[in-house]
Amino acid sequence: MSSVLLVGVDGSVCGERAVEFAAIRAKNSGAKLYITYIIEWSQFTFSTAMENAERHQRREEEIQRAHSEIVDPIVERLRAEGLDVEGLVRHGHVADTLNSLAKSKGVVNIILGRQGTSKLKSHVFGSVGSRLVQSAECAVTVVP
Amino acid sequence: MSKLRVGITTLVSLFASFSVFAETGIDEKINIAIKPFADAVAGFVFSSFPVAGVPIPFVLVWLIVAATIFTFYFKFINLRAFKHGFELVRGDYYDPEAAGEVTHFQALATALSGTVGLGNIAGVAVAVSLGGPGATFWMILAGFLGMSSKFTECTLGVKYRNELPDGTVSGGPMYYLTKGLAEKGAGFAKFGKVLAVMFAIFCVGGSFGGGNMFQANQSFAQLVNVTGGDASWLADKGWLFGLIVAALVGLVIMGGIKGIARVTSKIVPFMAVIYVTAGMAIILMNYSLVPSAFVAIFNGAFTAEGISGGVIGVLFQGFKRAAFSNEAGVGSAAIAHSAVQTNRPVTEGFVALYEPFVDTIVVCTITALVIIITGTWDPSVDPSAGVQLTSDAFESAFSWFPIVLTLAVVLFAFSTMISWSYYGLKSWTFLFGENRFTDATYKLLFLFFVVVGSSMQLGAVIDFSDAMIFAMAFPNLLGCYFLLPVVKKELNEYWDDLKSGRLVKTRVS
Repeated sequence: MSSVLLVGVDGSVCGERAVEFAAIRAKNSGAKLYITYIIEWSQFTFSTAMENAERHQRREEEIQRAHSEIVDPIVERLRAEGLDVEGLVRHGHVADTLNSLAKSKGVVNIILGRQGTSKLKSHVFGSVGSRLVQSAECAVTVVP
Repeated sequence: MSKLRVGITTLVSLFASFSVFAETGIDEKINIAIKPFADAVAGFVFSSFPVAGVPIPFVLVWLIVAATIFTFYFKFINLRAFKHGFELVRGDYYDPEAAGEVTHFQALATALSGTVGLGNIAGVAVAVSLGGPGATFWMILAGFLGMSSKFTECTLGVKYRNELPDGTVSGGPMYYLTKGLAEKGAGFAKFGKVLAVMFAIFCVGGSFGGGNMFQANQSFAQLVNVTGGDASWLADKGWLFGLIVAALVGLVIMGGIKGIARVTSKIVPFMAVIYVTAGMAIILMNYSLVPSAFVAIFNGAFTAEGISGGVIGVLFQGFKRAAFSNEAGVGSAAIAHSAVQTNRPVTEGFVALYEPFVDTIVVCTITALVIIITGTWDPSVDPSAGVQLTSDAFESAFSWFPIVLTLAVVLFAFSTMISWSYYGLKSWTFLFGENRFTDATYKLLFLFFVVVGSSMQLGAVIDFSDAMIFAMAFPNLLGCYFLLPVVKKELNEYWDDLKSGRLVKTRVS
């Protein structure tokens, strides 16, 4: 049985560790791997008319940059190692978007790096990992 | 190139005439120089005919008749799509694949930040002092009918918007008047082009007037008011205030300092909430007076005791201020709404229903109630007191409120200027072409008028502002009449899909 794994990356060292962790599991089980980067975005923000007019263009740029700077290098590296890898970039609330992506792609395990944030910061803003652990509909692994 | 030359000459002559003024009494000189022109424009746009002995400007009849016809033509769309509009704003039908694009909520919030502002604070105060409490009734009615005008123009704005090769989106009456009418045949194409050019010219004027000078003028007036009135050292330094505001606006629109605009766009909704909350608090604190305030509103609407012009005079004040505040039928909103991500233009029309609702039926009514309840309105009060009247009304309950209100007024004014500079720029580039030179010319002119507006007296500024903004309604609504069947077709197709369950909610509530 081939399973599907999804790794959330954010360009940090912790995300990198999650990738390594997932790559070992994928190698051993022959699982498909999704490398995902979520651009933090909400549908309820305020913007100027000028920003709205340019929004479509900016969005394309953001997606392209996330691909070229973060996701694609990882995907290429892992592909070279012979893994079945695909890169995904989406806009949205990080935890919720990872969760809905996992659902639509039939993912069995979401793998994340631990966030190196301080207690206060995660208290105020919530942490992606803990939110995902509570809401995800598949297994969530947080790599230290 | 000849267009460019005209632009340069206008600009140079404007700055030249400005520099002629000596240092002392600059304000007065600017006022004297601009007033005859402002009066002439206002006189033309507000050319009126007498109804029951009261002169009624044709443009007001034009706006209300269109709003009423649209309301009936779309079978009270302002009521029947009200709930669905809310679901759209809440994101019930939001497509996750389009995450990152402009949402209905964002388009509405942007449009609102262009309309919620001084009209709701100063305009209402003027309406109630000139027309009595009864003006509120007509203001609410105009807001309700105006919802249908917004629905129509914003649907068209999205349907005929331009998606430029670089990925930016721009829409508005200039485009639907040109493209929409062109679909009806060669004769209409020419007619549409004429309307579009007229609209664009008035829109540029409106962006200098109501979208700029009026804002600068009123925020300065409030600033002088809280710093000690005539005794304030600021009192005769309108030009200085103007220069500072112009510098800030310039940083945003010319320097591309988006940070300022971004901060403002976040503070403005917050200020609006504070304003509404404070208003509601005053109303609740005086809950025993609320019934009598409503009695005064209804009685005043139909009896108009002691108001010059009788019932027609009251109605005129209410309609005028509502139209100036929510801009329904004027066409400006269609520019702001058109960047939304949707493949069903009519959805933005439903969302746009909320603009006059929030702006006029909610915010303006709260202001009016506060003024009536606190008894600050007084027919003998100088009507040009504008924002000061509202400030006094709030001050009678919260002594510290004028300071908050000043901050709100300045921020509202600033965000309205940013919005209108965009509307005006889109119209300007529609007329003169899109390039860096035309772009810079417009922006410099815009900044120049910030200074002019701060230096002029209220009466002349209000007349000119009203005139230019209302003038936009002539070409816009005329075109809308011809395009009504297009909107109806979009509406019917969508409504069928909605009722038959072909549109799936993505958010389960």
